[in-house]
Amino acid sequence: MNRFVIVLATLAVWSGMASAQEKIAVPYTRFVLPNGLNVILHEDHTTALVSVNIWYNVGSGREKPGRTGFAHLFEHILFEGSENVPEGKFDEWLEAAGGNNNGSTNSDRTNYWENVPSNALELALFLESDRMGHLLGAMSPDKVDGQRDVVKNERRQSYENRPYGMAFLTLDSAMYAPDHPYSWPTIGSMEDLSAASFEDVVEFFRKYYVPSNASLSIAGDINPDETRRLVEHWFSDVAGGEGPAPIDAPVAFLRQEKRMVLEDRVQLPRIYMCWLTPPIYAPGDAEMDVVASVLARGKTSRLYRRLVYEMEIAQDVLAFQGSGSLSSQFCIISTARAGHELTEIESVIQEEIDRLAIEPPSAREVQRVVNQYEVSFLDRLERVGGFGGKGDQLNAYYTRTGNPDYFNEDLARYKAISPTDVRAAIQTFLHDRHVILSIVPRGKPELAAGKTTTD
Amino acid sequence: MLRTTGTRSAIWGAVWGAVMLGVVPLVVSPLGAQAPDRSSPPELGPAPTLSLPPISERTLANGLRVIYMPKHNVPLVQVNLVVKVGSVADPDNRPGLASMVAAMLDEGAGGRSALELAEEIDFLGASIRVSGGRHFITVALHAPVSKLEPALDLLADVVLRPTFADEELDRQRRQRLTTIMQWRDEPRAIARVIYDRTLYGERHPYGRQTMGTAQSMGAMSRDDLRQFHGRYFVSNNAAVVIVGDISERDAIFHLERVFGGWEAGAVPEHRFGEARQVRRRQVILVDKPGAAQSEIRIGRIGVARSTADYYPLLVMNTILGGSFASRLNQKLREEKQYTYGARSSFAFRLMAGPFTASAAVQTEVTDSALVEFMRELNAILEDVSDEEMTRARNFVALRFPSRFQAVSQIAGALENLFEYDLQPGYFNNFVQNVLSVTKEDVLRVARQHIDPERVAIIVVGDRSVIEDGVRALNLGPVRVLSVEDVLGPPPEVSGN
Repeated sequence: MNRFVIVLATLAVWSGMASAQEKIAVPYTRFVLPNGLNVILHEDHTTALVSVNIWYNVGSGREKPGRTGFAHLFEHILFEGSENVPEGKFDEWLEAAGGNNNGSTNSDRTNYWENVPSNALELALFLESDRMGHLLGAMSPDKVDGQRDVVKNERRQSYENRPYGMAFLTLDSAMYAPDHPYSWPTIGSMEDLSAASFEDVVEFFRKYYVPSNASLSIAGDINPDETRRLVEHWFSDVAGGEGPAPIDAPVAFLRQEKRMVLEDRVQLPRIYMCWLTPPIYAPGDAEMDVVASVLARGKTSRLYRRLVYEMEIAQDVLAFQGSGSLSSQFCIISTARAGHELTEIESVIQEEIDRLAIEPPSAREVQRVVNQYEVSFLDRLERVGGFGGKGDQLNAYYTRTGNPDYFNEDLARYKAISPTDVRAAIQTFLHDRHVILSIVPRGKPELAAGKTTTD
Repeated sequence: MLRTTGTRSAIWGAVWGAVMLGVVPLVVSPLGAQAPDRSSPPELGPAPTLSLPPISERTLANGLRVIYMPKHNVPLVQVNLVVKVGSVADPDNRPGLASMVAAMLDEGAGGRSALELAEEIDFLGASIRVSGGRHFITVALHAPVSKLEPALDLLADVVLRPTFADEELDRQRRQRLTTIMQWRDEPRAIARVIYDRTLYGERHPYGRQTMGTAQSMGAMSRDDLRQFHGRYFVSNNAAVVIVGDISERDAIFHLERVFGGWEAGAVPEHRFGEARQVRRRQVILVDKPGAAQSEIRIGRIGVARSTADYYPLLVMNTILGGSFASRLNQKLREEKQYTYGARSSFAFRLMAGPFTASAAVQTEVTDSALVEFMRELNAILEDVSDEEMTRARNFVALRFPSRFQAVSQIAGALENLFEYDLQPGYFNNFVQNVLSVTKEDVLRVARQHIDPERVAIIVVGDRSVIEDGVRALNLGPVRVLSVEDVLGPPPEVSGN
């Protein structure tokens, strides 16, 4: 049985290219347990593999003052065993069954998955249900201490000891007011990680790790009826409870341009230009994805072509819309070549933005980007498990839109975008109230772009 | 793209190809509505049985090998063209030439400029990625099946008719010199360069970086590139792997159309003397002032892909440092909290690649981390438990099919058939070969290939904090180097 159905609808002709318009469908069944747990099942027998994926609707945005990094630390602690799973056995039992697992945290949510051969589905359900329903009896200050130090090393490895690694930690606090949930980084500060306590774990678990604040998806080689029975069996003894109230965040805005400079152990200076943009799936979000691609995806994109290919004043250029449920950031990042200045790079970037604000991109440019998006949607249908696999995507869509199979609606956002939409998005969102961060080699603050203000 | 994410662990990679599992009904234990019995983990039914995917192999009239596998559930096709040449074939005075040839393939081809070519590929929604390694250059096409024909035309241009224009060569050179300059920011890059050089020496191709050096880059001309391309890019020195939503007949038809006219030729052999194994334990400390962590690499020359010990080594390494629950990760991360992750690996290449144990550890505990590393390297020679054996065998064998989901993964796996001359039954027999590894096998290969008394130990970190502690361990002679000693002076990037 195929895991999804491709319907050949119409044959469209665009710019001389014939393209079959394909409709993506990822069929699913959804039900909610009496304790409030949402469950999504998707059958796909291509490989004898099942992915169990769970999203908890809590991320670092929920952290209280003085406890930045806690949601992610908690994610780590959740692998350290529960009342019926001794410490270390979570991984050992899964590996012995031929499975693997991981979890991740961002500002909005925390997700976990186990990929297992289909005979080991029940093991994964046992493990997930045990830590959802029976965690605290096995929790101890020792476990908190252990993962605290692991997370501190994660911070060292992924941020502090990585060139330019402190950029986003700095940008978060520059983009958002201190009371906005996105103003602190998910990894947290060393000081706050040190302060996290056993009591915090208990409080956080009781408040956010309730079934009604989670969504479980199971994708792959399953029998949906039997799987439903297994889910009901293993999750029936997980106590229900009221989920948290929706997050109350102030509107994010920047009053004026903000310039910052950071010194780092790097050879070449790098510029980060970031704007606040509409939240994920809001009008303008997909447009900004397309803007990012027109500017910096591929050799013929506007900025790559000018900065890297023609002028050779930059080593690289990257643009992306970082979408969140409360707000998004659109960033352009570029590293200067030796002997070239960030000020020069910034002015070329600004020139290209201004150009697109006057004259829209060509129809072919936009179509090129949309074609790339179409294929990236197909790519996402190839894997059932892991980050970005179908199980993860079903939960992502459900959590954010209420519809697990939002694939076509999502893709349709891109297909509907015209060149004038792209221009309108640039005019609306890429204004002069943005953050410009320069990362420069130690002792060379004069290499920063433009004039810098101090906070 | 989503907001910044913290992740529990770096994803553990696998190092081999894959087989597919046949569809077997789910095994369900009888259940009632009562509360679940959590006193022990649920009993698992038998793992799904394995079946060989229908892989077909043939050789076209011009000697080009074709490996095909259907994958119909998503309308995508992956076409990987592999040429059996890499930096091992670099002339002595032109290190980096193969890598440069690879990088230049898609910088203009078939009468199209670099930008025109890129625009056409992107417009199709396709991608062409070129990678040049030590033994192989791979040009990988990923395309929606509806655009396969025009995409294949572009792939053939890239492989057969690259322009190698002077101005593009100059541009690549400047780009790459800058990359080499940026290595000095990256503790991991510094560790890689000095580790390879220490194990193999600069005269062996595994002791050098595939990109070559700043000096050699400056000396390369378009004639060097053309000559290299003409010599090695011949049909009988290559294979095409095609996987996706396409019939075998159509696949062969299309490949014949674009590659049928490719000419064969005599390919020069390149041979190397055996690299000299590490003879005594030694420590190299590279000073990276202010580093928050120390990058540690410990190891020696391992084995070639053709080793008879392949399966025992996979299982042994899984126990030592090849999975999350492995000894190194449990000890250094979970028990001691010195690191975000510790691991080990064997690089199975045409010749013996390195065995490496590695981690990035908190600066202050660098010496303690080395002690734990050495303890685990010794302990694996003593004994492994039955539980570890079962877990590691299953982890390697039963996880195998998950590597066979996306067309790009599958094509990558099938490449191995050509690259390492594997038998057609390789995928079919993989699981059984892994499951039949015994404890005696594991201990034997551990004792044979891991020799903790004869390893190179590389530490890239803040000397002022770590040197005394490292020296006090008396692991062997300690040599202290600067980043400049490892990477040379920063290259001059000029000419634009």
